Amino acid sequence: MRVSLKLSSSLESVDKIERTAEEFATLAGFDEDTVPNIAMAVREAAVNAILHGNAYNPAKNITATFEANSDALIVRIADEGTGFDPTNVPDPLAAENILRGSGRGIFLIKAFMDEVHFRQLHPGTELTLIKHRAPAQPAA
Amino acid sequence: MSMKVATRQVDGIVVLDLSGRITLGEGSVTLRDAVHDVLAKGSKNILLNLGDISYIDSSGIGEMVSAFTSVKNAGGELKLLNLTKKVHDLLQITKLYTVFDIKDDEASAIAAFKK
Repeated sequence: MRVSLKLSSSLESVDKIERTAEEFATLAGFDEDTVPNIAMAVREAAVNAILHGNAYNPAKNITATFEANSDALIVRIADEGTGFDPTNVPDPLAAENILRGSGRGIFLIKAFMDEVHFRQLHPGTELTLIKHRAPAQPAA
Repeated sequence: MSMKVATRQVDGIVVLDLSGRITLGEGSVTLRDAVHDVLAKGSKNILLNLGDISYIDSSGIGEMVSAFTSVKNAGGELKLLNLTKKVHDLLQITKLYTVFDIKDDEASAIAAFKK
């Protein structure tokens, strides 16, 4: 199962990607507690791509690719921006940052997904978000 | 669904009843404008009723933190009321649960303000 979207740098695109994540994760069989968390992580990645990556530049697009297999849901969000250094993100839980009005997006993505990978695209950044399926419960 | 705000006063405390989604863009701006409007009119104590907030993203969380700081800097208090489980979980994950004064009951929330 695979869906791919190429969208303009707008808040409407963020909403569309979030809705697609919700529908795709539901179709892929994730439960009602996990689906909103996946949708939120994907939304945060899309916001970063449009706001920080493409800086709302109407000439730049973002792409979102959704894939599901027997092991996991894999979402890739790519922008066409100047690049991003994931090692340079302040810890939003640190006492000096706790009252900051921004800077929690990457933290929430990592909190809700099992794996988060960053790749530089020259130009742009691709985030890969992976949510593994819960292991099957052994029969009683 | 965008965010809506209804404003009322209870015992000198401004209660902002919020509904919808607090997300990047309209929702965050609406919250910021509502809080600034209260402060501009001279009130300093605000109770944010989040009972009908269905969703908050990181921008919405940031806007609530900024509102908390603005009100505190103005010499007032901002408290939160009626968190849904989702919002409660988000504030716990981000360690903001200990920053905000969070109440489940409006009467005790109003009574808790220093007047």
